[in-house]
Amino acid sequence: MYPRWIWRVAALPGTLWLSVFFLVAFYAVICVAFGNSDTLQQPVPFWNPLDWNVGYVVQELRNLWHGGAVLDVFLRTVKYVVIAIALSLLIGFPVAYFAARHAGRWRGIVLMLLIIPFWINYLMRMIAWQSLLAPDGYGSRFFHDTGIEWVFMQLGLLETQGGWLQGQSSAVVLALVYGYVPYLVLPLYAALDRIDRRTIEAARDLGATPRSAFMRVTLPQAVPGLLAGLVLITLPMFGDYYTPDLISTTTATSMIGNQIDGRVNGGSEKVSGAVLTIFLSLFLLVLMVYYLRQTRSAGREVEAE
Amino acid sequence: MSLLASFFRNPWGRPRWLAVITTIYIVWSIIPVSIAILFAFNASRSRSNFTGFSMRWFNGATGSAFHDEALRHALIHSLELAVLSVIVATPLGLFLALGLQRWRGRGAGMTNLLMLLPLVTPEIVMGVALLLLFISVFGFIGLGTTAQAIGQITFSLSYVVVIVRGRLVSIGKDYEEAAADLGAPPFDALRRVLLPLLGPAIIASAAIVFATSLDDFVITQYLSNGPDTQTVPMLLYSVSRGAPTPALNALATIALVITIGTLVAAFLVFRRFSSSGGQAATEIATLDL
Repeated sequence: MYPRWIWRVAALPGTLWLSVFFLVAFYAVICVAFGNSDTLQQPVPFWNPLDWNVGYVVQELRNLWHGGAVLDVFLRTVKYVVIAIALSLLIGFPVAYFAARHAGRWRGIVLMLLIIPFWINYLMRMIAWQSLLAPDGYGSRFFHDTGIEWVFMQLGLLETQGGWLQGQSSAVVLALVYGYVPYLVLPLYAALDRIDRRTIEAARDLGATPRSAFMRVTLPQAVPGLLAGLVLITLPMFGDYYTPDLISTTTATSMIGNQIDGRVNGGSEKVSGAVLTIFLSLFLLVLMVYYLRQTRSAGREVEAE
Repeated sequence: MSLLASFFRNPWGRPRWLAVITTIYIVWSIIPVSIAILFAFNASRSRSNFTGFSMRWFNGATGSAFHDEALRHALIHSLELAVLSVIVATPLGLFLALGLQRWRGRGAGMTNLLMLLPLVTPEIVMGVALLLLFISVFGFIGLGTTAQAIGQITFSLSYVVVIVRGRLVSIGKDYEEAAADLGAPPFDALRRVLLPLLGPAIIASAAIVFATSLDDFVITQYLSNGPDTQTVPMLLYSVSRGAPTPALNALATIALVITIGTLVAAFLVFRRFSSSGGQAATEIATLDL
């Protein structure tokens, strides 16, 4: 009923926009990374791939090599993210499971409470912890009075009493968890909520214990959504630089994002920053592809219905 | 209350400990922010000791949010960028969604992939890319308000497409075909049948774009150009790294009220026009990353 060309034309402006401001922008990163810098340390991109200069890339590869300056930061980033993701899953899964299965008539309210942190600015949530963790803050005092501080110190996770904001890895990781868990809980909730209850009832009718019904029916069906949710918080966590900046002011806890930020934003090493940006993107590519494939197949299912 | 009652009858039943974990989680996720809001109303300068209720950090003669030139400027600039983003990203995304949903053929798959990429790219990567783009290819535009608006539009475009497409799938083609059968020319079917049906999705997208624009930090910071182009999140960031007073909390509270207000309004509109309000809320919420 519509002319055939109309939808292609409708998509054109948006496609052009994304081509210029996403694809060309990314090409600019590559050309800067394989370019040079002038006497004022400003980047001179080389637009023709035939002219590309590998000098800066090789230099940063060396830095990533054993004993290099970037390697430590990179490994620290991986460590922080892995621990934060594990903790997020540990917290997020039971909460999402409860909201999807057992909240009953409280479900609406529980869901609303789970959504609220979503719409509170991330920085504000970090700033909230900043004042809680100040030496005389309510949080520090609470941790001191309840003995949590003592436990952290015994475990070597806190160096000095009340020194939560003095470059403590534990504080940064906990801040990451606090920051990103809400973004995990909701996709998890959606994944668990989508599971057809009848499959679980069928398993129970056929004699499965609640435990084996969970392990063999619920969990396998939740896994794709669970992995997608984990990827969804892993990607931004790897690019985070503001959480360590706000929760710890030392370079002892800096992540790969801090390295990039320090070089590109205001820094005068934009070329090597561009190189690191490419390294980070390549590292995350597997996760991005996984997530895109996942959403595409989910989209097909919706359309097939 | 029945939840509580059954909890005490058997505190160790399976859903019980889940309820406990969930409650602790909710308290943990909301209390710190509540305390931060509380300190916006602190009578003294301290951000860790509450000494009494006062509005001085909102409208006091010195050092309050309303009387601080930088704070006011940042608020105005944030709103300006948010309005620009809504004006451009909503129609652009609407047409892209229509096109992607119905265009079958060469290039559709690639365009779809291109639309999804900003959703999975870490913000710092997009920030670096756009910064380098605006100091090289688009050197004539340079950094500043235009660049910031373009950056925000680029990442919010995908949210609009995802929301509108979801709605398009649920509407289906029946209404338009009915209109066509009744003799409506194609463009009338589009304008008088499909667009009104998409109304709630358009409003929801506009609200999401507005709220994400207000909340955005990384890309807006990367594309900024000195204090004139400072937004509220940028100011929150720089002040919190300096010597903050409760005026910082007051500013954050104002920003929070604007964001939440926009979203609640959009949600109410959405629920008014759509039968599945709860699902819509989850959809709206899960989109922000």
